[in-house]
Amino acid sequence: MLRRRIGYKLTAAVGATALVTISVFAFVSIRSHGRGLLAEVERHANQLSEAVKSGTEYDMLGNQRERIHESIKRMGQQSSIERIRVLNKSGAVIYSSDAAEIGKMVDKKAESCFLCHSAGRPLERLNTKERTRVFRLQPGGPRTLGIINPIYNAPSCWTAACHAHPRSQVVLGVLDVTLPLAEADRDIRRAQLEVAVFALSAILALSLIVAILVRRWVDVPVEELVEATQRVAGGDLRHTIAETREDELGTLARSFNNMTAKLSEARLQLFQSDKLASLGRLAAGVAHEINNPLTGVLTYSSFLLKRTKDQPELQEDLKVIVRETLRSREIVKSLLDFSRQSVPRKAAADINEIVARAASVVESQLSLNRVKLSLNPDPGLPRAAVDANQLQQVFINLFVNAADAIGPKGGTITVSSAVLSLSPVGITQIKKALCPKRHGLIDGEVRIDGKPSVRLKARSDGNEGFIYLNSMYGMGGHHYGIPIDENKTIALSCPECSASLIQPGRECPECGAGVYAFESPPKGLVEGCARKGCAWQRWEEVDATGSREFVEVRVHDDGCGIAKEHLAKIFEPFYSTKGQKGTGLGLSVIWGIVDNHNGTISVESEAGAGTTFVLRLPVKP
Amino acid sequence: MKSGRDVLVIDDEPVITRAVARICAEEGLTVDAADTGAAALEMLAARSYRLIVCDIMMTDLDGFQLLEEAARRGLRTPVVMATGYATLENAVKSLSRGAADFIAKPFTADELLAVVRRALRGRRLQEEAAAGPRDTLAYVPCPPRYYRLGNVSWVKEEREGTALIGLSDLFLKTIDGVAGLELAAVSEELPQGGICATVTSAAGDRHGVASPIGGRILDVNAAAKSNPSAVEKDPYFEGWLYRVVPSDLHEDLKSLTSCSSDRL
Repeated sequence: MLRRRIGYKLTAAVGATALVTISVFAFVSIRSHGRGLLAEVERHANQLSEAVKSGTEYDMLGNQRERIHESIKRMGQQSSIERIRVLNKSGAVIYSSDAAEIGKMVDKKAESCFLCHSAGRPLERLNTKERTRVFRLQPGGPRTLGIINPIYNAPSCWTAACHAHPRSQVVLGVLDVTLPLAEADRDIRRAQLEVAVFALSAILALSLIVAILVRRWVDVPVEELVEATQRVAGGDLRHTIAETREDELGTLARSFNNMTAKLSEARLQLFQSDKLASLGRLAAGVAHEINNPLTGVLTYSSFLLKRTKDQPELQEDLKVIVRETLRSREIVKSLLDFSRQSVPRKAAADINEIVARAASVVESQLSLNRVKLSLNPDPGLPRAAVDANQLQQVFINLFVNAADAIGPKGGTITVSSAVLSLSPVGITQIKKALCPKRHGLIDGEVRIDGKPSVRLKARSDGNEGFIYLNSMYGMGGHHYGIPIDENKTIALSCPECSASLIQPGRECPECGAGVYAFESPPKGLVEGCARKGCAWQRWEEVDATGSREFVEVRVHDDGCGIAKEHLAKIFEPFYSTKGQKGTGLGLSVIWGIVDNHNGTISVESEAGAGTTFVLRLPVKP
Repeated sequence: MKSGRDVLVIDDEPVITRAVARICAEEGLTVDAADTGAAALEMLAARSYRLIVCDIMMTDLDGFQLLEEAARRGLRTPVVMATGYATLENAVKSLSRGAADFIAKPFTADELLAVVRRALRGRRLQEEAAAGPRDTLAYVPCPPRYYRLGNVSWVKEEREGTALIGLSDLFLKTIDGVAGLELAAVSEELPQGGICATVTSAAGDRHGVASPIGGRILDVNAAAKSNPSAVEKDPYFEGWLYRVVPSDLHEDLKSLTSCSSDRL
């Protein structure tokens, strides 16, 4: 499980990359450091050997052997020098800082001779590098560095008084200086340790930082999203994610919340229609089934009533049966009306009049409960195409509900009407879009709410990509393919020819940012704000012709109000807060009737402060 | 000549057929009952009837199919539709497909008898009109450019977009004298097929009148209200009942019969 987590993978990948790069760096650095130290020691040894050579040269020419012995011995006592010795041509140690060695023969195979004598005929010239060697005096002992310095024949040698060397000799002997490498080795080891410790801590620190950041930036929000997805999948559509982040995951969270909200709305509507549809079928079925037995009762009882005209003692009882059966007949009839089996029979009607009629029906009942009904009709209301009977039912229901909410203490129901002209925003779709050079901008691949989008090239803060505008006019909800600075005008252009769509000199009336425009034939220019944070759009020709008139009726009561948790459910069938008092059918039937009129009904309420139902019905169907 | 009976009642509920049979028998009518559409068709083949009372919704055959079958066999027996699905659409539809009248279930004995008497009388009148000399009319048919709902009511479109509603002469003749007339009030909304007026006959029967179209009442004929016999005298002109603003005249006319085509 852990291995599949994105945080683990990222951390492991970063750790592995760091391990490889830092290891290579450490290896190279340690090696060059070691080499540098060794070269330093070599240089030092060479200088030392030259110093010994020139320091003893005068004594050699004078053949002052005792002085040479003494000099070499003293020099060899220094702690930084392991050993100094001079070998003659035949390999005998003639001077040495270690007195015990003097006079001994050195094998040509010995490490100090090997450099020149390894190739059969002895070499006569060697550069500094070739004259040094690193070896251990005892196996397992510390490393030492030896440098041999050939002592070449010089005119002063064969002309010296001792005549010890013939002129033909090239190399007279060898000065062999050996230095201990213990200190340099210690340095190298310390450097190795330091680099290794640095590398290790760098890798650990890097991995840790990456792990923490990934946890914060990726893991936590992803976990939140996953949890939210599971909760939504489990049916909790009210669950939302905190929209605090500004990055892609923040955008994802916002889209997620948006999606859940829309899903919830759609589910509610679907649920509602579904419930009402099945309820309608149920009511119709019940009405149909109950009709036949009711016919039996009514025909027989009314028949008996006719036949027993001469038996007054039976007449009274039979009349009760007939009357109650006729009442049942009316109930079945209204159940059928409620079941919406009959489509609304719309005719142009004065909604004020319907409200007044509904008010007169419930007036006496309301005044008994000390509820005042105050009507504020708009006299200029146009006649709307509605089913007057159904609407009257709606208002009667709303008034009775309001009176119930007010309760026995009394109160006021205020009904007001008004005419609204609602713009076509959100109901008109941009179906054609052209750039100034007549390139089509509609994109069928990226769809928003299932409809093709308008694709524009966008440049913002050096990022270049596409943005996709929602083709539902004025709805916002555009898709941004690249990160966009919310506070700046986006440079928008045609994806084909890069012709700019920004209107020079135009400013968004809402926020003052730049304005883009494209043509939507045959309906003129569609304009919009080119700033991400602003949803302003204008489509003049559609605004001018497309706005629709609605009659709005607000039914307000100053009763107990509806608690927030009930608000979403009140239009569901059988949902009642009235306990034994109500059947729970009223509001869902109202919803169905209003929906059948292509209208909307919404509710605004605050517990304790009253409730307002807002009905909007289109003037033209 | 097949042996004759007065009424054939068809319904898949035996309780209802028995009730109808008893109510009719009490009135001295002979009744046969059929529980299925198939049985009804057999009985129709074997005997002749003066009236059929038929349920619209039956398991093996619906009332509309029975109307078609009766027309195919050339039967002129009037059919009264009883509809359990007490929707106005079904009732109106049955009238435009040849039914003589309709009755909504559940009904009382009086409501049933009113419809039965009306239908039987209507048939006799139509037979007399067909048999009698051409210049003496048993009843006045509705004028051209009028539309009628069965033989009950008529509608005539006016120039202003309003429409007049009235009672057909055949309906008035079948109820045998108007003693009283109950009318709806101005601004009331009438659904097509809904009861828009109740006529009390001289014998005391109450007859509901189905409205030919849906609409809002603009005006009620005061003359008809104050003097119901005025309706009888001139049912198609002076005796109109309501002036209405139709809700959807075009749609409603589809289920009515044109009086102009009656004359062809």
